[in-house]
Amino acid sequence: MKRIIKNGRVIDPANNVDGLYDLLIEKGKISAIEPKGGFTPEQYEKSTCIEAENRIVAPGFIDMHVHFREPGFEYKETIETGCRSAAAGGFTSVAVMPNTDPVIDNRSVVEWINSRSKETGSVNVYIIGAITRGLKGEQLSDMADMHEGGVVGFSDDGRPVMDSGVMRRALEYAKMFDLPLIQHSEMLDLTKGGSMNEGLVSTEMGLKGMPVAAEDIMVARDISLLEPTGGHVHVAHISSGNSVDLVREAKAKGLKITSEVAPHHFILTDDAVRGYNTDAKMSPPLRTQNDVDRIKQGLADDTIDIIATDHAPHHEMDKATTFDCACFGIVGLETALPLTLNMVREKVLSMNKAIEKLTSRPAEIFNLDRGAIGVGKVADITIFDPEREYILDKSKLNSLSKNTPFDGWTLKGKTTHTLVAGKPVYSEK
Amino acid sequence: MSLSVKHILGAQDLSREDIETILDSALSFRELSTRPIKKAPALRGKTVINLFFEPSTRTRTSFEIAGKRLSADVINIAGSSSSTVKGENLIDSARVLEAMNPDILVVRHSSSGAAHLISQHVDCPVINAGDGAHEHPTQALLDLMTLRDHKNSLDGLNVVIVGDIANSRVARSNIHAMKTMGMSVTVVAPPTLLPSKIEEMGVSVSYDLEASLKTADAVMMLRIQSERQDRSPFPNLREYANLFCLTYDKLRGSKEDLLVIHPGPVNRGVEIALDVMEGPRSVILNQVTNGVAVRMALMYLLLGGKDEADN
Repeated sequence: MKRIIKNGRVIDPANNVDGLYDLLIEKGKISAIEPKGGFTPEQYEKSTCIEAENRIVAPGFIDMHVHFREPGFEYKETIETGCRSAAAGGFTSVAVMPNTDPVIDNRSVVEWINSRSKETGSVNVYIIGAITRGLKGEQLSDMADMHEGGVVGFSDDGRPVMDSGVMRRALEYAKMFDLPLIQHSEMLDLTKGGSMNEGLVSTEMGLKGMPVAAEDIMVARDISLLEPTGGHVHVAHISSGNSVDLVREAKAKGLKITSEVAPHHFILTDDAVRGYNTDAKMSPPLRTQNDVDRIKQGLADDTIDIIATDHAPHHEMDKATTFDCACFGIVGLETALPLTLNMVREKVLSMNKAIEKLTSRPAEIFNLDRGAIGVGKVADITIFDPEREYILDKSKLNSLSKNTPFDGWTLKGKTTHTLVAGKPVYSEK
Repeated sequence: MSLSVKHILGAQDLSREDIETILDSALSFRELSTRPIKKAPALRGKTVINLFFEPSTRTRTSFEIAGKRLSADVINIAGSSSSTVKGENLIDSARVLEAMNPDILVVRHSSSGAAHLISQHVDCPVINAGDGAHEHPTQALLDLMTLRDHKNSLDGLNVVIVGDIANSRVARSNIHAMKTMGMSVTVVAPPTLLPSKIEEMGVSVSYDLEASLKTADAVMMLRIQSERQDRSPFPNLREYANLFCLTYDKLRGSKEDLLVIHPGPVNRGVEIALDVMEGPRSVILNQVTNGVAVRMALMYLLLGGKDEADN
């Protein structure tokens, strides 16, 4: 089947394209690109046309940090429901974190997820393998074997690699595959028992705090390990202004370090926790306005390379409890686009930059053959209306879990079509 | 007479008018407690449930006596909060109790925000009798009542709060209530027992007890809860007591009419010397008496305050 996406504003940061173009899609690939209205009338007639007037046509978004909970916690999310949530949010590719049960620390789990994704998933599911066996931080996982199975990076996400010696070995070993190690940077000895950022709000609420120093120390340690090892660290969900500074300095020295931020860390502060809102409990925790401001600087000057959601679905029963007992994490796939567009409206990012951080830049860091529009490329395409306003109703989320602090917010910017290899996986009703 | 809030979850939510209403009302209830027949019919036919997930003798007893003196039926329930799924149990417990139509739920729990959570699942007023390190509003109210008994006005009083501020719900409730009433608060503790940004709550911070006492009108000594201490915040109790135990020696140079209060139970010789505790400046037992009166006033006001207190 032939499809034409017509009359849209195509923004493709990888190729410096920003203009009105029509795209012809055949056999899952982009077969031709013409200026708006440039195909023959016959071609339009013989194709299924997707009207994209006043909309932006971008490479499909890529989220390098999601938790799909399968296998092991299917009551929170499955590959199927997670993909549905991704598609609704405009994401055509995701990378799933290995803290499943069993943990993704060997080839057989990788293969199982690959086949499960083919069976039930609607978007591309990339896999992040564990750095250490069982996420225990002790012994390296079967990295080479998992690399053969196609993993695109390694992480013990949720459980930082506390032992510096193990981290050093992992950085060295992973060089053979040219894959980054994604670190959840948190010195656990500083955050024990903590459930939110340490500061005035935690003091008033009587909750144990998690100081920014816990993040900063580990980011600094990992940077110190880069020079002797020549490894590549990707700092996951950066939340501390100090850590942004550390990454900036390390990049200036030419070290192989990249970083990501989750939308909630540039939108919310720890004030959102007031009232013991467990849907504002995540790790790393929401920080202060000063951190938010410095994260925005980091986004603007590319210290922060990419936007990733840390989509962390949790069932209501894991959240409807006292704050200290509630699980960490929020769902993010379906709110990432409008929240990122807030940065465009605030002039922190240009539209081109915002899309780059959701498409070509993650593809570049993780060596994915995605994130660009071009003749012959796989037709992973996201079409969105940047001006569309709507009120978020969390009960309508496609994710199996509804844990979002943005319920009831007026959001601006909505995906209208998501295509994976030319096939629509989401269309606005 | 009514309050601006439906639940008493924290002193942070109470206005100056609320606090004055409660303290004024408590005066008449205290008088009632000195009569031969210590009972008023104000809450006859009402049910008060004391839901205590943390062991407590004095607070629970105080609430129980308060309810009974107002003729309410008071039921005590002791729960365990040690389980990791305590949150779920908490909501379940609240719903089950709600189905029995109580008129007031009094809640104590080791997790901050527990009373807040319960209040979202029941229709009746909830009184927070202590939640984690968050708040213990009735303690602050009885402390204010005690100070008001001995001073002409609360406005402008200098109060020093000493000890484990980091883990103390009593300190937080008192800081909120005292600031609302126009008082100045200084917290004194080793830095390891001071929570982050405490000065942004509008208090002064000092590490020097003796110096802080010089201008104080009252000093509140907090219990050192060694069982809650993770990675000991001071080398040993002896060193702590040397620096922060309230002794007559440290009181030299303080005002003649300085009041000494303590939420109890007291670790004698750790945070307060025996002779100071039993000396003329100590009003620790008055606090206990006032605790019953304040809790009677709260129950009365929360249920509408329709009847005269002493009819």
